[in-house]
Amino acid sequence: MKCRLCGATAAINMRQHRLALCAGHLIEWVPRHVARTIEKYAMFTPEERVLLAVSGGKDSLALWDILLRLGYQVDGLHINLGIEQGYSAASQARVEKFVATRPGTRLYTVDLKGQYGASVPELVRRRRGRKPCSVCGLVKRHIMNQKACEGGYAAIVTGHNLDDEVAVLLQNALHWNVGYLARQAPVLPPSSAGLARKVKPLVRLREREVAAYALLRGIDYIYDECPHAQGATTLFYKDILNQLESRSRGTKEMFYLGFLRARSEMGLPGPELERAELHPCSRCGQPTTAPGLCAFCRLWTGEHVRESGEFDGEF
Amino acid sequence: MKVIYRDKTWELRGGMTVRDAIRKVGVDPEAVLALRNGVLVNEETILEDDDELKLVAVVSGG
Ligand code: SF4
Ligand SMILES: [Zn+2]
Ligand SMILES: [Zn+2]
Repeated sequence: MKCRLCGATAAINMRQHRLALCAGHLIEWVPRHVARTIEKYAMFTPEERVLLAVSGGKDSLALWDILLRLGYQVDGLHINLGIEQGYSAASQARVEKFVATRPGTRLYTVDLKGQYGASVPELVRRRRGRKPCSVCGLVKRHIMNQKACEGGYAAIVTGHNLDDEVAVLLQNALHWNVGYLARQAPVLPPSSAGLARKVKPLVRLREREVAAYALLRGIDYIYDECPHAQGATTLFYKDILNQLESRSRGTKEMFYLGFLRARSEMGLPGPELERAELHPCSRCGQPTTAPGLCAFCRLWTGEHVRESGEFDGEF
Repeated sequence: MKVIYRDKTWELRGGMTVRDAIRKVGVDPEAVLALRNGVLVNEETILEDDDELKLVAVVSGG
């Protein structure tokens, strides 16, 4: 199989695009594709400063590399969650290595235990009954919002790819989680004044394509999964979607893009129509649905944590 | 030919495509990238007896 652009041996065949590319052309094609997505969904402009959530995995590091190559004003934020088995330490090391080879890039690192007093596993032990990923997601969303706000960033950027979005969509559609379906979008407008919008520039790229890009660019990312991701439902849905995809090429794009189109054509509520009544948290000031403390602050103060009212699964 | 995926290794005969080799070891071709002797190759590439095929998982669950 040959590269469509130069006839050299293809490194990857993207069946849904009917496009095979050699290594050299793939690493040129990916940033152009991402730039088109950023413009199509009006995610951000080259004049705006944006903050990227960097985990150390392939998606966020590849995206950082892409945005820097495209000339966007992007800074990184890494949160060390203190996850066991050396996972968080290894993740942070990958992020630092990435930055060390790119002079001038700005990285903020937050050490959850050092700066807030407890790691994710410790918080989970205190809060029996809550799942690690739920606590972890809450912590990440809160800190990202806070840093974006303090730093005056126009948008929070995350590395969610098409496979991530399609897996979440399938899960939400099977359960008819209407609220989550309304909020799933490439661009999520701020839920309140002072917060940044959230954008996902990799939504039109597949996990394989992002991984191939990372590999070919020599990006050393954390390959092993977080110990809490084992048996995660996302993996189950991704597996099913990959099986559908092998039978019928383009299923993922059809499902996700078709969903976005159908939602707007049918006049169903999308993220822009979803506006709950919000109040500032009495401890940190971030907007929250119920008066009093936000869910993040309740994690630390020992007050009972209500699962509802917190936007789980969005970030 | 040797196929490596995570901590497992298989010995297969040469002459088959990358896609067939991936299927043969029970992995979903959508879920991996294939490196032949360290170089990323497309799934139609024909493998030789002395090739080493390393499969890189691309699916993450976090
Ligand atoms: S798998 Fe769960 S606990 Fe691990 S980093 Fe992801 S959200 Fe956090
Ligand atoms: Zn080429
Ligand atoms: Zn608060």
